[in-house]
Amino acid sequence: MLVTLTSAVAIAATLAACSGSAGSSTTAGTSPKLTNCTNKMVNKDAPQVSVWAWYPNMAKVVDNFNNTHTDVQVCWTVAGQGAPEYAKFQTAVSAGKGAPDVIMLEADQLTGFEIQKALVDLSPFGANDVKKNFSDGAWKDVSQGKAVYAIPVDGGPMAMIYRSDVFTKFGITTPPTTWKEYEADAQKVKDAGGPLFGDLGSNVPAVITALMTQKGAVPFTYDLADPQKISIKLDDQATKDVLTYWAGLVKKGLVGTQDQFTTDYISGVVGGSYATYVSAAWAPGYLTGAGVGKGTEKGQFAVAPLPQWDPSNPVSVNWGGSTFAVTSQATDKKLAAEVAKGLYADDASLTDGWKTQTIFPLNQGVLKSDAFINNPVDFFKGQTANKDVYIPAENQYKGFNYSPFSVFYYAQLQAEVVKINAGQTTGDQAATDLQATMVTYAKSQGFTVK
Amino acid sequence: MTDAGTLPVENLGQNRRGSSVDHRSRRTSRERKHSLAGWLFIAPFGAVFVIFLVAPLAYALYLSLFTKGLATGTTFSGFGNYVKAFTDPSFLKGIWFVIRFSLVLIPVQMAVSLAAALVLDNVTSRFARFSRLMIFLPYAVPAVIGALMWGFLYSPSFGPLQQLFSLIGQKAPFLLSPTNIFGGLMNVVTWQWAGYYVIIIFAALQGIDPTIYEAAKIDGASTRQVAFRIKVPMISSALILILVFALIGTLQFFTEPQVLGPIANGTITPYFTPNIYAFNLAFTYAQFNYASAISFALGIVVFIGVYIFLFLTRKRGSFLS
Repeated sequence: MLVTLTSAVAIAATLAACSGSAGSSTTAGTSPKLTNCTNKMVNKDAPQVSVWAWYPNMAKVVDNFNNTHTDVQVCWTVAGQGAPEYAKFQTAVSAGKGAPDVIMLEADQLTGFEIQKALVDLSPFGANDVKKNFSDGAWKDVSQGKAVYAIPVDGGPMAMIYRSDVFTKFGITTPPTTWKEYEADAQKVKDAGGPLFGDLGSNVPAVITALMTQKGAVPFTYDLADPQKISIKLDDQATKDVLTYWAGLVKKGLVGTQDQFTTDYISGVVGGSYATYVSAAWAPGYLTGAGVGKGTEKGQFAVAPLPQWDPSNPVSVNWGGSTFAVTSQATDKKLAAEVAKGLYADDASLTDGWKTQTIFPLNQGVLKSDAFINNPVDFFKGQTANKDVYIPAENQYKGFNYSPFSVFYYAQLQAEVVKINAGQTTGDQAATDLQATMVTYAKSQGFTVK
Repeated sequence: MTDAGTLPVENLGQNRRGSSVDHRSRRTSRERKHSLAGWLFIAPFGAVFVIFLVAPLAYALYLSLFTKGLATGTTFSGFGNYVKAFTDPSFLKGIWFVIRFSLVLIPVQMAVSLAAALVLDNVTSRFARFSRLMIFLPYAVPAVIGALMWGFLYSPSFGPLQQLFSLIGQKAPFLLSPTNIFGGLMNVVTWQWAGYYVIIIFAALQGIDPTIYEAAKIDGASTRQVAFRIKVPMISSALILILVFALIGTLQFFTEPQVLGPIANGTITPYFTPNIYAFNLAFTYAQFNYASAISFALGIVVFIGVYIFLFLTRKRGSFLS
């Protein structure tokens, strides 16, 4: 019997003693003696602010910040990339201690933490001073009415990355501009014995949600001003159409069903097993880091705008993109807000970020600079991808309304995509089931579902 | 494993028990001091036991009596979470999976380890000692590392399976797909645990008095008859022990699916097994209250399962009869 209850013990123990390694940083707060920093302090006497972030070039960014600030220093740690970090932060929020002062969060995670009062409204701390640096869409993603819960850093306008060598070999002269053409080209490549045209990974539900909204779906409408009401529309025609479209591609064997960000997927991308990769502007940096586009593969990739449903009325969507938020556990919120506003906002860091395609900056100063607009992107064989594809996509982006339970929603969408990939459900049925699950969940969490 | 020599041990135990009763009736202050010393001796263990097991359990039980909604805050709900758990399709699906899994896994595991142990017991060469070590080796590999290794072996692009199948011009099956995951996991778990069970059974076999075999041979019993008519019945309590271990372990299935999850293309859902469900409820959905209730609900299921099993296999004189 003792053994049987270990999981209960684990949960309780983690909750009770969750301060663990991160504890030292919060109890110490902004005192100048934070331990476990990945970086070295430049001004050792200045008060310190702890930061969780996972940008690949974060070491440089932190050094840039610390070198130029005498009044505050950043103590940076990586607490995981995406989901693992959110899980740790969520546990720290539930335990009431253990969170850092400033945290990197993707825009779709903000509402879920806002409703738990885990983030600080930055508008009293001068957030609106930097509003002019960002587009309205980007600013909408981080604010609720007049409250501002994070400072945007980068975005993820989506596009279609493709293998120019595969396209040439199978006689596709112009990349598909509509989803209909996408399917036709996929069929053409398959009939000629070519590789898969794309991939429907179950573990990228954010992509699938973005593709659903491209056709006009509005999965959630939620406003923190009325925190108990939410509207959920996941069984509308647009969602059904998009899921049915991808289910069709899977069924015809035109796209793969491999989860993305796995070694198997990357090795497929390297080996040319996928002719296209529907992804965000930060993908080239990620792929380069994973070893794609090197050696004989160099310069094989190109990028085209995301295929559309209605080319006369193009819609652009976003995947990922992160922000810096101040947690309500921060000891000195003013100082933490200064870090959130200033970190990854200096020219040197931004330039380093976009030159390596690690980030697609949302700072208008960069977006409008000649160097950025006309930059020949190495990964795309000198293509001016920013000017041709990503900047127009970003300019069209209108912002998105996220639910306060993104993590749960993504897990349910993933489960449906797994079923679609296994041929166990249809797009229509998946949408209907998803709607039912989400409504039940929202009600069990005390929301009134409109 | 001394219970293999059943009768003498039991008698000894009864004698001892009898004498302790006598002692208790005439207790002196000196003996009370002794018992204080006894408490002091177990104090280090007791403290750890209370701090790291009893207290967290009590806290988890306390947590499980409340409900927290994102929009409503925390409210007392009594046994509401337990009612919810036993009607929650995700939890029931997980329970059903581990029950099915144990029904298939345990017999297979038992058969494999019993066969290996019987062979090891019969062969007495240097090779036997070497194979004993090799059979035990997988258990010495930490479960997480073992699962990662199998993840590599199952990989459709790097795994040896793919290379083998490409020799005959076929595409290897993906052993972590929804249809194959059952067998895929069973293979990993059997590989991991069979060695440990072999050692337990082997130790029990070594405890049998060899004169019994001699007697059997004189009576004309074949090696096979010795194995199945003498050895197996005599180590039955060791078999029951590993069965209980296996039952508890499988019902709490967690490590292997958790580690293989990220490469299983979503086959391993957030509610794949009850423990994975509790883990995800707590650490990704922030439902610590409900997660505690799920853990206790699983504890109840395991308790009932093990109790039924022990009741069915009880022997005269055991504490259950």
